[in-house]
Amino acid sequence: MKHTITQENGATIVAFEGDIDLESSPKSREILLKAVDDAGHVLVDLSEVSYIDSSGVATLVESLQAARSKSGRFALLKPSDPVRRVLELARLDQVFTLHTSLDAALA
Amino acid sequence: MSDDGEQLVLLQLPACADRLRLVRSAVREVAEMCGCSEATAQDIQVAVGEACQNIIRHAYNGDDKGILEIGISRREGVLIFKLQDYARSVDTAAIKPRQPEQNQERLKPGGLGVYLIHEIMDEVDYLTPPSGKGNLLRLLKRIG
Repeated sequence: MKHTITQENGATIVAFEGDIDLESSPKSREILLKAVDDAGHVLVDLSEVSYIDSSGVATLVESLQAARSKSGRFALLKPSDPVRRVLELARLDQVFTLHTSLDAALA
Repeated sequence: MSDDGEQLVLLQLPACADRLRLVRSAVREVAEMCGCSEATAQDIQVAVGEACQNIIRHAYNGDDKGILEIGISRREGVLIFKLQDYARSVDTAAIKPRQPEQNQERLKPGGLGVYLIHEIMDEVDYLTPPSGKGNLLRLLKRIG
């Protein structure tokens, strides 16, 4: 799993690429929780995530809750089909804020 | 041919997180070889991946010396996955899918794996291991 972190209009965009699974989710957790700690608005770009499992979803949930606890904003950006599918199966697609474009996310 | 039909793949590997990708590749290839759509193959990949994850995390408690065996077979429009570990026998009656929480206040980070397996697979059973050791999980998916 790879990741990049960029800034855009006051938002921190964490983009992941590859699989977020039991092997890589601890790293993704560390990255996201730090991003949430450092920034008031975090977008997680999941457009290049080819696979996510329950440990990856747990990381997203934990990060969402961390953002909420400090009244921050946290949203998922352009989730790939595999990500969307797992979120739908887990009934979490209505829990997260999902954006299909960066413009919409920054509006 | 056994009751499980035609055996397609038999994998034996260390129960380590860094091997899950290999398992997922094999599962996906087998599903597609059997005519599954990309979406169904992806779902199957998720379910088997979650089952493997549970073995690594809970059956073996992260001990990377544990062995995981995965058999994939096909029988009359059905794909059968059998996952065998050699950890201590678990109380399978206690393994129940947790209903997902949509209230953000009550949302918990974990516990989704078993739920996802049950959502995707048509049958989920624990069988008696032939060797009498460990745990044997059978997942069945109807593929038409």
